[in-house]
Amino acid sequence: MKTLFRTVMLLSAFFIGGQTFASGGGVHLEPAHNDLSNQGSLQNGMKLFVNYCLSCHSAEYMRFNRAGKDLGISDEQLKQNLMFTADKVGETMKVAMTKDDAKKWFGIAIPDLSVVARSRGVDWLYTYMTSFYRDDKRTWGVNNLVFKDVGMPHVMADMEGGVKDAVYKTEIGEDGKPHQVIDKLVSNCGALPKADCEKKAQEYNRNVRDLVNYLEYMGEPAKLVRYSLGVKVILFLLFFTFIAYFLKKEYWRDVH
Amino acid sequence: MSTEGVNTSRRRFLIAATSAVGGAGVVFTAIPFVASMQPSAKAQAAGAPVEVDISKLEPGQMMTVEWRGQPVWVVRRTPDNLADLKKIPADQLRDVNSEVISQQPPYAKNETRAIKPEYLVMVGICTHLGCSPTYTKIGEGGLGADWKGGFFCPCHGSRFDMAGRVYTGVPAPTNMVIPPHKYLSDSRVLVGVDPEGAKA
Amino acid sequence: MINKMLTDLRDWVDVRFPMTETWNYHLAQYYAPKNFNAWYYFGSLALLVFVLQIVTGIFLTMNYKPDAGMAFASVEYIMRDVDWGWLIRYLHSTGASFFFITVYLHMFRGLMYGSYKKPRELLWVIGMFIYLALMAEAFMGYLLPWGQMSFWGAQVIISLFGAIPWIGDALTLWVRGDYVIADATLNRFFAFHVILVPFILAALVFVHLVALHHVGSNNPDGVEIKKNKDPVTHKPVDGIPFHPYYTVKDIVGIGVFLIIFAAVVFFLPEFGGWFLEKDNFIPADPMKTPEHIVPLWYFTPFYAILRAIPDKLLGVIAMGGAIVMLFILPWLDRSPVKSIRYKGPLFKTALVIFVISFIALGYLGTQPPTPVLTAFAQLFSFLYFAFFILMPWYSSIDECKPEPTRVNFSH
Repeated sequence: MKTLFRTVMLLSAFFIGGQTFASGGGVHLEPAHNDLSNQGSLQNGMKLFVNYCLSCHSAEYMRFNRAGKDLGISDEQLKQNLMFTADKVGETMKVAMTKDDAKKWFGIAIPDLSVVARSRGVDWLYTYMTSFYRDDKRTWGVNNLVFKDVGMPHVMADMEGGVKDAVYKTEIGEDGKPHQVIDKLVSNCGALPKADCEKKAQEYNRNVRDLVNYLEYMGEPAKLVRYSLGVKVILFLLFFTFIAYFLKKEYWRDVH
Repeated sequence: MSTEGVNTSRRRFLIAATSAVGGAGVVFTAIPFVASMQPSAKAQAAGAPVEVDISKLEPGQMMTVEWRGQPVWVVRRTPDNLADLKKIPADQLRDVNSEVISQQPPYAKNETRAIKPEYLVMVGICTHLGCSPTYTKIGEGGLGADWKGGFFCPCHGSRFDMAGRVYTGVPAPTNMVIPPHKYLSDSRVLVGVDPEGAKA
Repeated sequence: MINKMLTDLRDWVDVRFPMTETWNYHLAQYYAPKNFNAWYYFGSLALLVFVLQIVTGIFLTMNYKPDAGMAFASVEYIMRDVDWGWLIRYLHSTGASFFFITVYLHMFRGLMYGSYKKPRELLWVIGMFIYLALMAEAFMGYLLPWGQMSFWGAQVIISLFGAIPWIGDALTLWVRGDYVIADATLNRFFAFHVILVPFILAALVFVHLVALHHVGSNNPDGVEIKKNKDPVTHKPVDGIPFHPYYTVKDIVGIGVFLIIFAAVVFFLPEFGGWFLEKDNFIPADPMKTPEHIVPLWYFTPFYAILRAIPDKLLGVIAMGGAIVMLFILPWLDRSPVKSIRYKGPLFKTALVIFVISFIALGYLGTQPPTPVLTAFAQLFSFLYFAFFILMPWYSSIDECKPEPTRVNFSH
């Protein structure tokens, strides 16, 4: 009985922790720390998304003018600065590349990114975008810590000052033999001075944070209004329950 | 159980308060459901303003474009057509001066029901029961010697002149609808938006 | 003047339809025990959620497309392009989980206070049919968003029919209407989810209430209030009219419930992956199974039992048996008393073990089946069944306390 009880306590400790899936393949995920209430960050994120991602990845469920309305960008600004693939602001973020072409060039169908933040989570996305490293064995010369043998090139490498290098260390695996495993990634800006390189890396992380912020917004545009509306609804319900409680109390005076 | 010494007025007040707040809650809850039946962002995007190139339109010709799923006609009227508009006796038209304001924007409430008299831009839907009338020129359609050209609805025989004004003695109650539109240049019309500065 | 008109109208209707009579029978003169505690809210709350699901469901069907090529996109269309569509969808998806929460608590209440015992056996069995219909409703509804979990969850559950000897394969093919889960499956599930099962549910809920009002409500003391009537009024001395006393009380319960419900809808609609799974935001892909398939939380206890048995047919039988046990519960309990308050230590211990087993199985059903966890699942499955199978024995030898003649009640 006592053992059972202890087991149950142990199990319930897991239970409360929520449903966790190892989508990162066991790799530590860096928290994204993005902030949906920061409109400037969202705007920058949208700019990055449209410039770097939208050439290959679509966001078929996101309309340009919806993002414009939510992020405070006028139709004119949208048309001039952000719309390369569509000509009407009411259109969704489609991509010119066909699925067949994509299969030919990248070996896979390129996923739509509308709800990627909901299936992957922001931390995964942030870690993914910041953990590309040089790997000459791969087609595009890069690999990724959280997405092993990824088929995507590191399109934002220039912003980072160059693709990062992996630093290896030796570890004894489960089979008792030594293995080369990645210890950490370090910036590699080529000829750039170290201080500038670090600055660039920080700037890159900030930009990725903005991009991830935008992706979270795009995954669920209603999120921008959901919380504030929720507060109002709950306050109203509290008020209602308060009155209803006095009504109940008044009637139940009759019951002895 | 005992119902002696009940404070009736307090009970009435509490019932009224709970019902009022609860009723308000039900109304608040109903709003999203009612609003969800409005045209969606997709429908609005599909119903966005439509640009029409009228440079190739010959005098007397008509072209049709789709706006919000409805036919919108652009007719280039000849000087004769425009002169004929004035010749129709006022008692043969229900609404000679386009007094029914819902049928055209203020900037098209004039003799020709147009921004530029030469071009008639009009929703091609009969105001009777929603059929699309036929463009019928003078002498066509067996409408008699008096027919000065216009639109004839095959469904129930309603007739309209070259400005979309409805004749008397037909089932259609009002003139045909002029949609909001503006000229982007001499040869390009944008259907679905009012000209700058004009009130819809 | 207006009062007179209304009275006349009421009388006019009453001659032709038992309006006042129905009102009195089910509300104004339905005598319910006065000692209901908080556990007694969940019946009316389940009814509230049912209505909510019907209303939000109707509005979702206005924009949802039951087509394998369009279903996923139409859900996102509801979430973005339809005004307030996100709220209606979250109310529905959260409502599904809250339906099970209220129903499970309602069932546990019955289990605790012996509400399944004579004369309420049929009431309990009707309730079990509601539970079954609800599981069918939830299972088919979960296919509709056409995400990876929708697809593979349905694939796994439908494959269970394949375990039935001889006809299994033909049956799965017939249920799916195709060689895999496909457009045909989605279409028929949609038809069942939006009309057939809700219709059955509504009918069952109605019958459940008719049966309840015929036998009268049980209470935390398990005392039959009908046995003790006032000699003058012939009303139960421990009963109070449902309306207004329990209507005003249930309104408070509804208020509290809605606060919790709204908190989830507005702040945690995915509920950390328990109510809306991450993988279900990836469109269904028949070529690629997600790493880890988990049914939604309300099915996981039975899913864990299924996986605990290392044989396909026996696993399915065990899972079905777990539900059958609940159906025959009224005839397993031999206690002279109804309520847990007067039952002996054996029954109390058994109930605690049962609850722990059920929750533990629910947790294990969400985890990958490692050997250690499977061993645990087998242990808890055993305890689950032991609770029922041994009940005729331990409930008859248990040392119960005498049931009081009046209910316990104080303000």
